Parts: sequence; C-alpha cells; structure tokens
Amino acid sequence: MRKLTFMAALMLILSMGKAQQIYESFEDFAPLLAQTQNDTTYVINFWATWCAPCVKELPYFEKLHQAMAAQKIKVILVSLDFRKDLETKLKPFLEQRQISASVAALVDSKQAQWIDKIDPNWSGAVPATLVYRGNQRQFKEGEFENFEDLQQFVLHFFDPKN
Amino acid sequence: MKTKTGFGIGFFASVLFLLTFIPFGPTNPGLKVGDIAPDFQLKSTTGKMVTLKDYKNVKGYIVVFTCNTCPYAQAYEQRIIDLHNKMAPMGWPVVAIMPNDPNVQPGDGFDKMVERAKEKKYPFEYLLDDGQKVFPAYGAVRTPHVFLLDKDRKVRYIGGVDDNSEDETLITRRYVEEAIVAVDKGSEPDPNLTKTVGCMIKVKK
Repeated sequence: MRKLTFMAALMLILSMGKAQQIYESFEDFAPLLAQTQNDTTYVINFWATWCAPCVKELPYFEKLHQAMAAQKIKVILVSLDFRKDLETKLKPFLEQRQISASVAALVDSKQAQWIDKIDPNWSGAVPATLVYRGNQRQFKEGEFENFEDLQQFVLHFFDPKN
Repeated sequence: MKTKTGFGIGFFASVLFLLTFIPFGPTNPGLKVGDIAPDFQLKSTTGKMVTLKDYKNVKGYIVVFTCNTCPYAQAYEQRIIDLHNKMAPMGWPVVAIMPNDPNVQPGDGFDKMVERAKEKKYPFEYLLDDGQKVFPAYGAVRTPHVFLLDKDRKVRYIGGVDDNSEDETLITRRYVEEAIVAVDKGSEPDPNLTKTVGCMIKVKK
C-alpha cells in the first residue's frame, strides 16, 4: 500500500515535470536565450493558443522534438497567452494535445521592452521562431509551411561544417 | 534554331528565377517615421468611401490597423474607442483599417465588421482594406498597429497604443497620447517607434 502511494506520488511528480514554466518577467526568461556555452541547439517558438497559424505549426515542432530526440536539441514552445488565460485556455489546450516538448509561458506584458531583445527584426507578430547554438542564431517571423520547412530551418545547425 | 531555343529557355529561366526570388528579396519595410503616408479610399462600415483628405480641421490622424478576431485587437478595442473620444475633439481622430483577407479569416468579413462596429458603437470609421493594398504600403504587419500621421500625412509615430496590453491599470506609458502631445507642442515624439505583440495580418493565399 505504501509502495503504491509512493508510486502515485512519483507519477504525479513526473507528470508535473511537463507542466509549463511561467515567466512573470522577461529578465527571468532571458537566460533561456543565452545558453551559448554548450553545444545544444535551442529551438524557441513563440506562439499562443489564440493564434491559428501558430496552432497549425505546433505539430511540426512536436515532431521535430521527437524525431531529433537523440540529438543535442531542445525545443521550447513559449506561449504568449494572456496571464488570465493560462489556467482556462493554455492548460486544457496542452492536456488535449499531449505536447511532450517543453512549454513555457512568458506573461511579461511590457512587450515593447523585450521584443527587440529576442530579435531586432521581430515586429512582435506571432508565430516567430528563434534557433541558436553557441553564437550562431537564426530568426524567422511567420509560420513554417510544413514539417520539412521547419526541419530545413533547423538542420543546418547540425551541419558538420558549422 | 538551336541557339535560339537555348536563349529562349535561358530567358524564361531567368524570368522564372526573378519571379521566384523577388518576393523573398529585401521585403518592403513600409513607412518610416518622417515619411509621407499615402492617402487611400476605402469603404467604411457606415457604407461611405473614406479618404484622409475628407477630414476637415484636423491636426492629424491616428491610423490603426486592427480587426475583429485578434485577441490583442480585442484587448485594445475599448482603449481605441476611448482614445478617439479623447483625442478627436482635439483634432486627432482614429481611422481604423481592417487589413486581413476575409477569405482567410472569415470573422473579419465586411458584414462582421459592420456588426462589430454597430455592437460596440464605434465612434470612428472602420474601413476594409479591400484588395489588401493599403497595409503593405504602410508596412503594417500585425493587429493592432498604429501609425500616427500629422495633418500633412507625415508619419510621426509607429507602434503600440501603450505599454501594457494585458492590464490597463499597469500602464506607465501611453505612447500614442504622448506622441500627440509632443507633435502639438512642435517637438518629436519619444519614443517614435515601439513594438508590441500582435496577430500577423492574414494575407490572401
């Protein structure tokens, strides 16, 4: 019985591990964009549940996360949903879609102060995607046509020449 | 004959090449602060055709690209109404333009715009960018996106309405209002360019 309770608790903890991290301020979020001291490729997608083109391309990111699990790659889906919608919209959405890639929520509403820090070319429209490894960076505003389009965007970071 | 065909293929290939790559070349950045914005003639939800030069006795125009469907545009809807009610008597009316292609975003069709304008009693013109010619000329990319023009249609400010999209009580900068105060005083708005999160304008596929 005790063992069972322990198992249940463990399962709960494991399932909570997938719960989204909420960033109240951009300062707390910024280190995610600056992990340049390792050789992991970070794929950071900015999206929201209310953004139809974002929702359409989420499966491409999920597929990338699964297809490249053996590589040094980390896919982070950064939701820009309103804070008031996190419990009522984002959480049910993630449960329904069974997203296994990491999800973070950035709810710092002083956007004018941080949009440029993600990329100076970003207008603020979603979706937008930043990929970086070390000091190599690539940014795209707008959606990917399909999985292959996203894969192309990311794959050259794994080119041995780089 | 053979060389002619070769030339023909080469020619078509280069035309094809140009056609393929022009859209991906340096994208038109649209208007910058200091540029003169083009006038337009667009259909309003009131049924009439509206151009900027029809406005009499104004000091400028708060041109806002916005729509029915984007949650950010919805978050700003009442604030844009309030902005007009406060600024229009001072000579700065809001002119709202809906840039999305209704075929891609049916909730932004002209009939839906008329419904929304009536329901919320828009005190300003709400125009359909029919054919999607105006928003690229301005360089609007998201909704909502403000272009503040003075009476000569010179661009004085581009960006967001204020610095807090989610919580009005936490606003510390009212960019558009501050820019208008600056222009009225004969000085330059600071900042004259801001960025905010918004929905991408839906273009014809």
